[in-house]
Amino acid sequence: MVPEVLQMTDAEAAKLRRHHERRHRAGRVFVYAAAATAALLAAGPFVWSGLTAFKLNADLYNPAHNPFAFNRPPTLDHVLFLFGDTQFGVFVWNTLWVGLLVVAITLALGLPAAYSIARLDRPWSGWMGVAIFFVYLVPPTLLFLSLSRLVVALGLQDSTWSLVLIYPTITIPVSVWLLIGFLKSIPKDIEEQAMVDGYSRVGAFVRTVLPLVFPGIVAVVVFSFTLTASEFVYALAFISPTGEKPLSTGVPTELIRGDVFFWQSLQAATVLVAVPIALVFNFFLDRFIAGFALGAVKG
Amino acid sequence: MAELTATRTRPETPPVMPPRGRRRLSDSDSFLAWIFLLPSVVYIIGLVALPFGLAIAFALSDVSAGDPSYDWAGLDAFRRAFDDPVFWQSLGNTFIFTLVSMVLIVVLGKVLANILVADFRGKWVVRFLVLLPWTTPVALSSVSWLWLLDSIFSPIDWALRNLGLIEANMYWLGKPDLAMASVIAVHVWRLTPLAAVIMMAGLVSIPKDVDEAARVDGAGFWRRMFEITVPLTLPVMAVAALFGAVLTFTDMAVVYVLTRGGPTNSTQVLASWAYIRGIEGGDVAQGAAIALFLFPLLLAAAVLILRAVRRMEVR
Repeated sequence: MVPEVLQMTDAEAAKLRRHHERRHRAGRVFVYAAAATAALLAAGPFVWSGLTAFKLNADLYNPAHNPFAFNRPPTLDHVLFLFGDTQFGVFVWNTLWVGLLVVAITLALGLPAAYSIARLDRPWSGWMGVAIFFVYLVPPTLLFLSLSRLVVALGLQDSTWSLVLIYPTITIPVSVWLLIGFLKSIPKDIEEQAMVDGYSRVGAFVRTVLPLVFPGIVAVVVFSFTLTASEFVYALAFISPTGEKPLSTGVPTELIRGDVFFWQSLQAATVLVAVPIALVFNFFLDRFIAGFALGAVKG
Repeated sequence: MAELTATRTRPETPPVMPPRGRRRLSDSDSFLAWIFLLPSVVYIIGLVALPFGLAIAFALSDVSAGDPSYDWAGLDAFRRAFDDPVFWQSLGNTFIFTLVSMVLIVVLGKVLANILVADFRGKWVVRFLVLLPWTTPVALSSVSWLWLLDSIFSPIDWALRNLGLIEANMYWLGKPDLAMASVIAVHVWRLTPLAAVIMMAGLVSIPKDVDEAARVDGAGFWRRMFEITVPLTLPVMAVAALFGAVLTFTDMAVVYVLTRGGPTNSTQVLASWAYIRGIEGGDVAQGAAIALFLFPLLLAAAVLILRAVRRMEVR
């Protein structure tokens, strides 16, 4: 003898549950569809680059051929050309060591500066932080004319070292700005406790603050390296010998000769460079996001 | 580095102790504040402030590739720049590119951020694929797009032709309107992942209980989106917009690789025009004068956005 009211609720509850399940399933389908669309839009050009890299000229340069399929057997020639007949390896190496040195310089200069602004409350701390951020807004397109004079004056023209000297102008301001945010999110008590325990200010910074700010450091390393690897204007203006160039200018100059584009090798180079950087970035993405959340949001 | 500073500063302890008690130099905040900041400040003054001044000096001179000696020329270079209609066209294009790209980057970045924080299988792969456009050096991805938008072999045209949507090829980079749309599309494609990552940082910093409370109260997806997520992440969205604006506004690589400003300067922007005039045309003074225009505009945009962020945070 179940009361009528409760029976109704049972039926209604089942209906409601079905309704929710259907909505839930629709939601899942929507999420997967959206994720697939986003991945396709973002990576589509790279997939197509990858296909192009293995095509024979006779296959590639025929407008009637389906560009998404191999109409002739695939070939490794153009990829081998990239490694054997161009200085691709040299460009990769240049980008790598310039990037790592620039990241090291950025941290060595940026971390103490950010700590000074965020923690050692001086009357000028506030406006110094803003001033350093505004330096980030001075674009390479404004400075490259005078900086190329400076590079010549220092005897660094046509040398990869000129990039090591100049790239921190891009990375330091934005890194200091990010690091200030991270540092502000760490409670002051932690250092004060360490200082009560007998550490000096510097000791407290090294032993307690640096480990805690590690996610921020990772964010800065990844962000600085990406900015450095894709910089174009300075590399174009400072360096003309092929062997000294980084990837961003070396690959186009070696594989675009006048009106002749070595399309397959160009595409192979793009994919070979894009994939490792994205893999590393993806590996650190959660740290980067956590760091950015502390830095930009709460800073 | 910090350790180095520590060991270096200790021996410099002044022989006479300050009267208030034993204080090491590595404990003196005012001393450390300067020592910590000094390297960055010296570096920035030397390699940003001085070159900036030099750029202004160039703009007021008659320096050119043929005659590198410095002679004062007043506002001549500016006059030459202003007399050229291409300058005004570039200025307008720069604004159009930046505004349209910024709006699209923020909207699509928001959508992408929401997708990427959702739970689904294969998320790792999707995140990797979505990051590709941002992590690829811009010169290389632009070259890829140049081939993707090729006048004869573009696969987009091939697909449209075979679907029967077009008769002849589109010449994406050959017609003014299409070329502008293409350049904007590449900017948006490239910078949306960065904006999404920045906004994910905003999303993960929303306290979970706020969202759950709204869920329990029966607020649907869109209601939660516009009454909780968007208001709470506005500051970080503004930061994403700022990064998008700066990176679009100052970028010349996309335009330079795709169109070199053409057809007939319809995609010319200030950055590429400064390069073409200053380096390729050899008129250093005019190049500097054009490039100088980038800074006040950027400054104004940045001040507006940062003030908006601050106001939102105060609330």
